Amino acid sequence: MNPTPAVRKERSMELQKAMMGEHFKNLARAKDLGKKVVYTFVPGNLNELIWTFGMLPVHPEVNALQIGLRKKSGDYILEAEKHGHSEDVCAYVKCDLGMLKRGNIGPTGEKLPEPDLLLLSYTGCFTFMKWFELLREEYRCPIVMLHVPYQGDGRITPDMTAYVARQISEKVLPLMEKISGRAYDPDALREHLASSARAERDLVAVWESARNRPSPIDAYFGGVYYVGPVFSAFRGLPACEVFYETLRQEVEERVRNHEGPITPEGPLKEERFRLIVEGPPCWPNFRDLWKMFYEEGAVAVSSSYTKVGGLYDAGFRHDPDRPLESLADYCMGCYTNLNLPSRIQYLERCLREYDADGFLINSIKSCNSFSAGQLLILQELEKRTGKPGGFIESDLVDPRYFSAANIKNRLESYFQMIKAKRSA
Amino acid sequence: MELNDIVRRCEDLYHDLDLTSVKEWKRRTGGKAVGFLPIYVPRETVHAAGALPVGIMGAGDDLEIIRGDAFYQSYICHIPRSTVELGLSGRLDCLDGFLFPAICDVIRNLSGMWKILFPDKYVRYLDVPQNFDERLGGVFYRQELAALFQDLCALTGRPASDEALRRSIEAYNENRRAIAELYRLRAEEPHRVPTYEHYLLMRASNVLEVTEHTALVDAYLAAARRENRPWRDNIRVILTGVFCEQPPLGLIRALEQSGCSIVDDDWVLGARYLREPVAAEGDPLDALVTSYLRRGTPTATRYIDEDAKGEDLIRRVRTLRAEGVIFASPSFCDPALLEAPMLQRALGAEKIPYTAFKFSENSGQLQVIKEQTGAFADSIKLWGAA
Repeated sequence: MNPTPAVRKERSMELQKAMMGEHFKNLARAKDLGKKVVYTFVPGNLNELIWTFGMLPVHPEVNALQIGLRKKSGDYILEAEKHGHSEDVCAYVKCDLGMLKRGNIGPTGEKLPEPDLLLLSYTGCFTFMKWFELLREEYRCPIVMLHVPYQGDGRITPDMTAYVARQISEKVLPLMEKISGRAYDPDALREHLASSARAERDLVAVWESARNRPSPIDAYFGGVYYVGPVFSAFRGLPACEVFYETLRQEVEERVRNHEGPITPEGPLKEERFRLIVEGPPCWPNFRDLWKMFYEEGAVAVSSSYTKVGGLYDAGFRHDPDRPLESLADYCMGCYTNLNLPSRIQYLERCLREYDADGFLINSIKSCNSFSAGQLLILQELEKRTGKPGGFIESDLVDPRYFSAANIKNRLESYFQMIKAKRSA
Repeated sequence: MELNDIVRRCEDLYHDLDLTSVKEWKRRTGGKAVGFLPIYVPRETVHAAGALPVGIMGAGDDLEIIRGDAFYQSYICHIPRSTVELGLSGRLDCLDGFLFPAICDVIRNLSGMWKILFPDKYVRYLDVPQNFDERLGGVFYRQELAALFQDLCALTGRPASDEALRRSIEAYNENRRAIAELYRLRAEEPHRVPTYEHYLLMRASNVLEVTEHTALVDAYLAAARRENRPWRDNIRVILTGVFCEQPPLGLIRALEQSGCSIVDDDWVLGARYLREPVAAEGDPLDALVTSYLRRGTPTATRYIDEDAKGEDLIRRVRTLRAEGVIFASPSFCDPALLEAPMLQRALGAEKIPYTAFKFSENSGQLQVIKEQTGAFADSIKLWGAA
């Protein structure tokens, strides 16, 4: 059996690895450094605010996915199930709770600090609320709920923005001041927000590069690396800007050289299928799944999962001139906070703008927020665009729900379908 | 009205998936009807707009799911499948609008699906606040309710009147009074109010006009007090987890047959979500908002800001002299299944016995559950007082 080839790494990837390593090192030493720690979720996170108070953010989903990538999530899930959690519920939650029960050793092998604050940014996922209620039981630390209204009618109204901004101002800020021991500095927040906007501009340029043929990026498998800094701890920091400048330059160079995306086995030789992918990846089998794509020359030219932490390609930017309102709009604008008709419109737009051959849904057992309604999305998109849709099922971090043979079989049939459609 | 007649009427309403009674009401009054999903919507706003609020709680095990399954993966709960089936088979055509309250991601996404599948219907996602500060969540919720009431009045062609809202609040206060009496009688003398009948009476609140339902409950209370029914040597339990997808009727019967008298539950919770009467004076929307913020029922879908998890459940166990708790969670229901371990830990700390099982609305294999709850009842009878 051949050993798994080493992943070819570009400078941006090295940069990201260093950023992550440094962050987890700081987390492990947080108490020594006198830093307070805030646990919060990726969608609707208030990173700029956390940095304004000099605190360190921890995103439990990021820990869970990193653990999934390292193939350790199965054990943690079983640990949580031993403590009474059902097989049926979100595996991210169980992975996190199982990790906690086993000593809270994070993905880099270092112990994660306990939170000084749980910032429950309730954006686009009901389960977030239960997740932090469960963590509160474990840590007995302060918690603040930031209720983020859903875009039920497909829009953000001024009343919705005011509601979220007032919660930030009247609930979140005072608690952060108390915990950090620092006064709120609006100028510092504005600086972080301006930095975020610059990084977001470069990220959008990266996304839009996929309009080229061949696409220089894979916006799903590669895309999850691209969103790493902006979705996790680094949005609002200079290092994040540097990362996206670097990434943009790399991608622009590939465009100039008519090169395809970098896969774990080197640059993709031939782009045969251009796809839009809906739904999160399956982390424990991430590379297995990616391989099934790049071996067939299939490239994701856009994806919805890479928008759960912000729909920057739809025009949103953090805005230093309206800091709290901008954070509010950010929270409400994340992909999973869109109603189903808006999600369909977004995917339809991607299909057209990126001139895709079709779309593929990876339906995730753990994630009702994404998955409930995806079969209607499939029907509607096919009806509206005439493009073929594919459908596979797996899970975020529960390896029991990944059937390689079944998925490969479905993908092969799907690619055949696209070919048949082309020649018809 | 005799007891048997009341129960038969409720049985007919329960099994009437074609909503014949709603169609009759519409024919009789010329009004509109607005469906709503669990758990809670302020039915007063629908009523005051001149429409009939109609609770949709899936189809139980009365309907074969054909088209509904095509919309959902196997790992999603059952209630949205049967709801879609009801919609696509035309059984909900008599409803002029639909309200989808914020409860979970599945019902939330169903609101968007409904907009696509039924573009000619009024569809609204009702975002209830998870911030219970009157100046924050209260202001937001009032804006939501005002917009909802305007929409509903536009649908029915009635003027948006505070006076109409106050009258509706009074009508629902009367209903809350009757339902509270029903729960009180059952808790005091469970043998007089069999679980099966209690459940059917509560389900009738989904389709009957509120004053008609109040009269029905009052009539039942009078008849149940008259009826000489044998005392049962059952244990007293609280049932929790059934706030959305409902257990099939057979399962509800089986629980009692296995030796458990249910003295409190969370089925059809929307009908008693507000635990006290709503103020019928002053600004009616403000009154509904205050009631929601201050007197709403702690449940899995409501963020518990200050109280410890399980505090309310333990208080009810003590007050109602319950001997144990049954956790009945719908399969794949994140709210119920993620809530349960927290409540179970709280019960464990107080040495309150509990048992737990999963079901779906069309579960057919009830024997295993019956044996489990029977063993639970036996264990409490044998060793509970020790």
